[in-house]
Amino acid sequence: MNKGNHVTSTTDTPLLSLQDLTIALPKGADRAYAVENLSYDVLRGEILCVVGESGSGKSMAANAIMGLLPEGVRPVGGKAMFAGQDLLSITEKQHRKLRGLRIGMIFQEPMTALNPLMRVGAQINEVFEAHSQLNRAERGAKALELLKEVGLPDPEKAIRAYPFQLSGGQRQRVMIAMALALEPELLIADEPTTALDVTTQAQILDLIIDLQKRHGMAVMFITHDFGVVAEIATRVCVMRHGQIIELGQAKEVLANPQHEYTRSLIEAIPSNIVPEARGAETDTLLLDVKGLNKVFRSNGGLFKPAREVRALDDVSFSLAKGETIGIVGESGSGKSTLGRCIVRLETPDSGTMSLSGTDFMQLNGESLRRQRKRVQMIFQDPYASLNPRTRVGMAIAQGPIANGVPKQKALVQADDLLELVGLANTANRFPHEFSGGQRQRIGIARALALEPELIVADEAVSALDVSIQAQILKLLEDLKQKLSLSLLFITHDLRVAAQICDHIIVMQHGCIVEQGPARDVFLAPQQAYTRQLLEAIPGRPEATEAASRQRGYK
Amino acid sequence: MLYARLIIMRLLKAVIVLFLIVIFNFFLIHMAPGDPAVVMAGEAGATDAEFLNQLREQFGLDQPLYVQLWNYVSGIATLDFGYSYRQQTPVFDLIMDRLPATLLLTGTAFVMSLGLGILAGSMAAARAKKLSGSLIMALALVFYATPLFWVALMAVMLFSVQLEWLPAYGYYTVGTDLTGFALVLDIGQHLILPATTLALFSMAVYTRMTRTSMLEASQQDYVKTARAKGLAPGVIQRRHILRNALLPIITLAGLQAGQMVGGAILTETVFAWPGIGRLMFEALMQRDYNLLLGIFFFSAALVIAFNIITDLVYGLVDPRIKESS
Repeated sequence: MNKGNHVTSTTDTPLLSLQDLTIALPKGADRAYAVENLSYDVLRGEILCVVGESGSGKSMAANAIMGLLPEGVRPVGGKAMFAGQDLLSITEKQHRKLRGLRIGMIFQEPMTALNPLMRVGAQINEVFEAHSQLNRAERGAKALELLKEVGLPDPEKAIRAYPFQLSGGQRQRVMIAMALALEPELLIADEPTTALDVTTQAQILDLIIDLQKRHGMAVMFITHDFGVVAEIATRVCVMRHGQIIELGQAKEVLANPQHEYTRSLIEAIPSNIVPEARGAETDTLLLDVKGLNKVFRSNGGLFKPAREVRALDDVSFSLAKGETIGIVGESGSGKSTLGRCIVRLETPDSGTMSLSGTDFMQLNGESLRRQRKRVQMIFQDPYASLNPRTRVGMAIAQGPIANGVPKQKALVQADDLLELVGLANTANRFPHEFSGGQRQRIGIARALALEPELIVADEAVSALDVSIQAQILKLLEDLKQKLSLSLLFITHDLRVAAQICDHIIVMQHGCIVEQGPARDVFLAPQQAYTRQLLEAIPGRPEATEAASRQRGYK
Repeated sequence: MLYARLIIMRLLKAVIVLFLIVIFNFFLIHMAPGDPAVVMAGEAGATDAEFLNQLREQFGLDQPLYVQLWNYVSGIATLDFGYSYRQQTPVFDLIMDRLPATLLLTGTAFVMSLGLGILAGSMAAARAKKLSGSLIMALALVFYATPLFWVALMAVMLFSVQLEWLPAYGYYTVGTDLTGFALVLDIGQHLILPATTLALFSMAVYTRMTRTSMLEASQQDYVKTARAKGLAPGVIQRRHILRNALLPIITLAGLQAGQMVGGAILTETVFAWPGIGRLMFEALMQRDYNLLLGIFFFSAALVIAFNIITDLVYGLVDPRIKESS
């Protein structure tokens, strides 16, 4: 009945309409329903952002729409109406015909979302094959065209490349090319930029906005970051514990959030945070790094011929006792190598590093082993850095025991440390019994167990949700005051750096581009690269206004 | 180009390893008590010292050890593996006489176990939640646990004695002058029972491994991507899950392929198959040093060859390996 009046129907009827969607979790999960009585529409030609922290059920609805729910999870009520049919009641075969053809999807992890053994071109061709479209030659030409459209450098070469030869951002572009191959009416993007660094994230967001406008498709964009919402959303749907907290025009929600929870998420937008002016508490020099160099030799990939990579190029800085220095940069800037050199997991080619007068770089063998405890590290992935078969109390005590503390005493200390990081009476549990945030607390307790003078935190909160991040940062801040710690905080996330650091070092291609007090670097960056990094942060007010003007809100 | 250089490097390394194996084997065998002259003299019923010395002189056993070693190593360099004192034939001829039968038997069993194992394993993985999948795994467990010689005897009882479908032993029918296709058919009939017997155990191993590996691969993100494209389940199983799941199986198959020479003593004995396994067993019982050393050399060479082949296959299947090598 819509055929005669197609134009009006495209604006009036929603493309996708979720009505009282309820999805049951398997028995033994922390709640009965992933989402409960969830209702929202996705209109044609809009970008709807579904926002929430992990566990809010935001991805579950998307998976139900795609028919890709994990095993044991199933919809038990409601409807998902798409193009006149209920996606929850059609057969798997009918669902398969919609996937890729009328609904495309891109995922969070570009590093693992592509088959490592197949060439990029072949993986794109599969989309046409799955829906019996085009002949062989046409498929190749169309794949090339798609790679051009998503802005891959040298598409002729990329089409013959294997995924491992591409960077994360390039792989995500390939994913987008695949999802767009058959011009779907709906694109579901599940945290597609979360795993990317700021500048790449900004490029991918621009690409999605651009493609959305050009193809006139609807986009359902799942994210935990309100900065991204400010950047691209037409409307926004905020979710928590499987229910909608707030739903409305993005501009209105951003300007005038109705719910406490929404407000807290908006406050966490990176660019809304301005570092306080503060200096080091003492002027005793703790760490003095001079002329650090480190070169890695790589065999090269598709877009990078075999070459030497200067991971660290004449890096010098110093850190006062009680100070927190943030080292920020994109992936590949050498910031992690710097951290690993300072804890001596990596040996620099040249340079000196003195720690309260001891030349730490000259230590070797037994003397290094005895001094190692003075510098401790907190790692990014709190789960991978704990032995799954060791009780956490023991995991914390192992460091002191290795340094000669009697076992009983070390275990008692471990109990105290767990209490200090807010996990009292948990020493007998195994790592899998803790949440991500709690595991990071254990990681912190483990680092503290050796009473180090300096802690190097490498992306220590990057894997955590915004609200958990805030808790961990607060814990670090408290501990710092209490124990007068010095921190070297390595992060790609400028928002995190702004929250905790006294001093910022910006790195690019192994060199220090700019360094100074945090407030100065954020408010008055001296170098073009620093400005570029700051501009790439999603959700800056001026950028958002420009974007919304472009998209023409009513 | 980089790949070609890698292969040349691997071949050079293989030659060095083979040389070390030759020396090691030589000393290992000479550490065993007794020498062939004593055994031969004993069998001949002669015990006088002069006869013994004469035998030793004849075979060069009176020479200092390093001279014997030098003679042996320089002989191998020209494919001269010495003379079997017992069989009065050059070692090389003896091995070449038996090698085809063994390679035919173990090769057939290898291909059969790998092919059927992967097939059964992927079927079990695709039907992991169904009864048919559990049945496949139960059968695999039975083959895995049953002793080889027992299976061989039962197979002979059933198919040769009771049903009279297949010959019970031997390589071909003795006393007929078959040629061409008829000979191939005859050997083929003789091959079925021993090859199947030999294949069952490895087949069970491959089945279990393929299933586990595929179930693991099916949890990967790229499988979800493939499903999001709307690909049919069969295509996803073959192209995305199976291909990635094959990587660990290649490693295992490479190890097993290396054991093909001399790995079939039991089967060859039960089915009277004139292969290397039996030759080795006889040589061992008779202290036929040169023959044993010759068989060791060939086994070692084959293990090394299959290691290199495995690496090459890996390079073909997984593009990442070629790049990082």
